[in-house]
Amino acid sequence: MSSWITTLFDLSIIVLLLVGISQFRTPRGARLGNTTAATALLLAILLVLYRNHILDPALLALALLVGSSIGALIALRATMIQIPAMVAFQHGAGGVAACTISLVELTRGGASTNIVEEVSGFLGLVIGAATFSGSMVASGKLAAKLRQTPSMLPGHNWILLFLLAAITGFCVFGSTTAGFALWVTLGCALGASILLGLVFAMRIGGADMPVLISFLNATAGLAAAFCGIVIQNRLLIACGATVAASGSILTAAMCKAMNRSLIKVLASGKSVARAGTDATAVVAAAPAKRVERTYAEALVAAKEVLRQAKSVIIIPGYGMALARAQFQVAALATRLEQLGKSATFAIHPVAGRMPGHMHVLLAEADVEYEKLRDMEDVNSVFEQTDVVIVVGACDVVNPAAVKMPDTPISGMPILNAHKARHVLVCNLDGRPGYSGVPNPLYDEPATLLLFGDANVTVTDLLQNLESAPEMPAK
Amino acid sequence: MADLIFMLLVFAISFTIGYLIISRVPPLLHTPLMSMTNAISAVTILGAILLFAETTSLGAKAIGALALITASFNLVGGFVITDRMTRLFKARQGRGSDGQETQS
Repeated sequence: MSSWITTLFDLSIIVLLLVGISQFRTPRGARLGNTTAATALLLAILLVLYRNHILDPALLALALLVGSSIGALIALRATMIQIPAMVAFQHGAGGVAACTISLVELTRGGASTNIVEEVSGFLGLVIGAATFSGSMVASGKLAAKLRQTPSMLPGHNWILLFLLAAITGFCVFGSTTAGFALWVTLGCALGASILLGLVFAMRIGGADMPVLISFLNATAGLAAAFCGIVIQNRLLIACGATVAASGSILTAAMCKAMNRSLIKVLASGKSVARAGTDATAVVAAAPAKRVERTYAEALVAAKEVLRQAKSVIIIPGYGMALARAQFQVAALATRLEQLGKSATFAIHPVAGRMPGHMHVLLAEADVEYEKLRDMEDVNSVFEQTDVVIVVGACDVVNPAAVKMPDTPISGMPILNAHKARHVLVCNLDGRPGYSGVPNPLYDEPATLLLFGDANVTVTDLLQNLESAPEMPAK
Repeated sequence: MADLIFMLLVFAISFTIGYLIISRVPPLLHTPLMSMTNAISAVTILGAILLFAETTSLGAKAIGALALITASFNLVGGFVITDRMTRLFKARQGRGSDGQETQS
């Protein structure tokens, strides 16, 4: 096939992919766009199979069958709360693919004296391997198989620097050797890269997970792009670059939503330790001025407030997902609408464990997506809102972020729940969120606290919500 | 040298166009976006197939098979999960839910 036809084919596949991505404006379009992108890649695969003489078709078919069926099986069985863990796992699989292809190309070498290809090969190998191990750690944490809090080693940054230096050393040495020595050197570089990913990812946890998973998205794309330079394949470079762009955008969005720089998230690992001291200090300084109510009293008051309300905004956090209460919360919203009140959802960008996770969880609970409102859009409305119901969220509604100067979350954009006339808090308990900063919202006179399993508390709120105001029990 | 410039150009142009298109995706669709781009990064499957188009040692073949398995896992899994997710989103009037979800 002449080269310009090949170019034309490659170009049309890339255009098809970009058209697919550009459909991601509405959910309907997104579904179409996903199918478009899948078709584009299928075409690319068929084209490669057609253009090249495959030496071992049986093995190729078998490997494809095994990989695809495992992928499809897991994708069909995963629940929406498992999505972040699964996506992280897939980032890892992408890393392995880029890493192994680079490995084979580097060792095949001999003829390739091209410095650019060699450097790209090493980069593909190193980034791919580190993406793999980092993603495994991320996936383990997201699936709650590993401890979710950050783990720090003594001299963490020095270990990272040492590993980076070692990897560079191995790669430089590797470029001068061949044969068996090359395999050994590459093996060492591979091992060091895997360690690098582990050490890198282990100290990121909890609320920082959306940043980590977006970052790994970007590195998986980057590894694919370097892999493409090694084998001189334009499609790989173009796709890898697009994915890297997407991962970068999401990483930046998540950092912005927490008002933390990428370096701080990835390289400080300090937020929790520092928060510990701050938390105790603030708690000691602010003796509870809140009105003490029993749960039953608070519930009666909360129902009364809801009956009177015309507008209600629900703020869901990851605690809601952990309690699997999204279905009850959705039912509550429906009930409120049936009673003629407006009920919408305000979603903080880092409410879930990956960008947009909360939207998917609520969509699964049949909440219409027009009711899901983003922070910038909804923050001006809180002042005219009668009731805010916080379900399993703490840091993202903590007014300390805007009112106090020196807490770990100071400067983080929050949802202005404290500006609403009434606030109902359906959290598990009154403990601070992941940041460790106590939430002064709990002490506001306009706040009613309904601590407990959100499944139970929201169900309690729902019960007899339509009936006439009851007399306060006791 | 011309090759290098050409490849860098491909990277830069794709990154830029991708950046422009993707920065207009609403937060509502960020999770499906990530799982789909994740599937696209499995384009390395082309590289894995190409490994089978050249005479290679047994070791290289084994590594190639590993690359094929992981890439196809990533590819199929990513597109399937994205499709499932995008079906979940329902618009107001509740017009025909066109995806029967079995999992809850």
